[in-house]
Amino acid sequence: MSSGEKYPFVLTRLDTAITWAQKNSLWPLGSGLACCAIEMIATAAARFDIARFGMELFRASPRQADLFIVAGTVTHKMAPIVRRLYEQMADPKWVVAMGNCAIDGGPFPTYAVLQGVDKIIPVDVHVAGCPPTPQGLLHGLLTLQEQIARSHPTQEILKPDARGSR
Amino acid sequence: MPEDLASRRELKAVQEAMAARFGPAVIETAFKLGELTFKIAKDELRPALEFLKSRLGLDTLDDIIGLDNSRSVPAGGKRFSVLYQLRRAPGPLRLRLAVDLAEDETVASAVPVFTSADWGEREIYDMLGIRFDGHPGLRRIYLSEDFAGHPLRKDFPLAGDDDGV
Amino acid sequence: MAFKEIELNMGPQHPSTHGVLRLKLAVDNEVVLRIEPVLGYLHRGMEKLWENLSYVQGVPLTDRLDYLASLSNNLAFVLTVEKLAGLEVPKRAHYIRVILAELQRLASHLAWVGFMANDIGAVSVLLYGFEARETIMDIFEEYAGGRLTVHGIRVGGVVEDLDDKVIGMIRGALVEIPKRVRDIQLLLSENRIWKQRTAGIGVISAAQALEYGLTGPALRATGVRRDLRRDIPYSSYEDFDFDIPLGTRGDIYDRYQVRIEEIFQSLRIIDQAVDNLPPGEIRARVPRVLKIPPAEAFQTIEAPKGELGFFMKSNGTDKPERVKMKAPSFINLQSLELMCKGNLFSDVVGILGSLDIVLGEVDK
Repeated sequence: MSSGEKYPFVLTRLDTAITWAQKNSLWPLGSGLACCAIEMIATAAARFDIARFGMELFRASPRQADLFIVAGTVTHKMAPIVRRLYEQMADPKWVVAMGNCAIDGGPFPTYAVLQGVDKIIPVDVHVAGCPPTPQGLLHGLLTLQEQIARSHPTQEILKPDARGSR
Repeated sequence: MPEDLASRRELKAVQEAMAARFGPAVIETAFKLGELTFKIAKDELRPALEFLKSRLGLDTLDDIIGLDNSRSVPAGGKRFSVLYQLRRAPGPLRLRLAVDLAEDETVASAVPVFTSADWGEREIYDMLGIRFDGHPGLRRIYLSEDFAGHPLRKDFPLAGDDDGV
Repeated sequence: MAFKEIELNMGPQHPSTHGVLRLKLAVDNEVVLRIEPVLGYLHRGMEKLWENLSYVQGVPLTDRLDYLASLSNNLAFVLTVEKLAGLEVPKRAHYIRVILAELQRLASHLAWVGFMANDIGAVSVLLYGFEARETIMDIFEEYAGGRLTVHGIRVGGVVEDLDDKVIGMIRGALVEIPKRVRDIQLLLSENRIWKQRTAGIGVISAAQALEYGLTGPALRATGVRRDLRRDIPYSSYEDFDFDIPLGTRGDIYDRYQVRIEEIFQSLRIIDQAVDNLPPGEIRARVPRVLKIPPAEAFQTIEAPKGELGFFMKSNGTDKPERVKMKAPSFINLQSLELMCKGNLFSDVVGILGSLDIVLGEVDK
């Protein structure tokens, strides 16, 4: 939706309310793949306290999660499972590629590693690092929250064909 | 440099016992960087492992290693080697037993002698394509069953055969 | 109609498999009949990659193997390179390596106890363990710039000398960490629920453990007194005074006790090393391009998870011909089926946790 279009004021207020609720209660899927997972857990632990941002509720089941933090290397063997997990998550959902491996294969340009998770699922925020520090991950998540705040979920109500209100 | 603490005398005793028991089947003996290695004829591998374990007390298999020597082996030589890293635990006495294999040659599985060789042999099969006779269930361990090729072979490219996803 | 055997699939995405491990289980009601681990979901091709990198370039890759104990992997790798190249490392570097390796053991065991307790349901211990671990991560960050993948141990020595600030932080940790570990012990060691879920469960006998090649705290929990720091000392470990904690029954509880005791012993070693740091260089002279004439070497260390080692074969160039890693988690995982057979399905998580595996190491 471009800034020149006329959009009902009430709906923009509704957008703000919905995105406020969404961004402050993201439930991450507990799927750490490799080393980045440890820093993800450290981010959730007492010192860096991801609960400040409403994200402490890591869900084991993709059906209950709306944030997929791909933390670690995605191998070719694991790729179909990552894809399936993404598909099992219900809309609206977001993906954070955490770490260099998830962004582009990282230090592993080998026969076994998928060179970037965005080859199989759409990624909203890339957090670089090997591994990114908890501060780095939090910065990435805050960036995601800003992205969500700028989105227009009510567009999906008006135009159901417009998949993804990003 | 970390020294092997096993006395030269103990190592010499092992060397002599191996020579006495296997004679010409011990193709080569070397002592380099403080490590004793024997190269043994492929058919004597199982007896050698049993002898080393039960008679000479090398009861611990630290690791089992597969090698593709195609870049260094002379013409007519054998392409692969399998190395067995043995130890007389808890002490420092260690040695390495090697067998050379031509392409498509198989070797007896070490699992009847050392149960812990199970997954190590599967890994060598997965990565190099070497088959072990008598292994309880030889199949790939890391890569998917439908993966084509054996990555640690020297002619397999680092980034893989296909273009990648 | 009687249901006898059910096949279940655990993982590879699972909160308690400590990474991307897949377990295929056959259960009879709730009793485990067979377990088959399916590996390779994190196989990244490290051994192939090492053949394409120089010896020095290969070291940072080792951080990513056992990512809860990256300095231990660094140490095993560089010790093998140094043996192959005939490099003599200065004594001060030995001591700093011991300090780093023992700090890393602390970090690994603290993370382990957190994960183990979390799997069984004691979630607070995860937070306690990770908070204690942050003390050590701060030291690593101050020393080498990295929290998790530290790369502090390099070919020929260590990356930096220990300055007063780092030594101060280490001494602080020597006071802080025992307090936190005692808190964890208060929560768990005599806890009735903890004991019901760990004592007598996942038992493996000493003979079975040795047959399956089990090493590390899990082996010591069966009563077998093996520790490479004592048996085949490396990096001047023979200079230090420490006990080797042993268990008796080889169950989960003993594996827990052994690791907690090892934490206290590691603190002892660090204390001695910091007090007796010899003067001198922290790194040997390593040529810019390190070419090693053809040779083979095998070197192992006592990593937090067990016996970690590398076999390397050089070929005259600056890149190794072959690097093979002996990964303790890979070998220890072979005993999982033996430990789980006959136990309840709900104990599988506890037993797997008590083995302390890391998939980066299992899959390479």
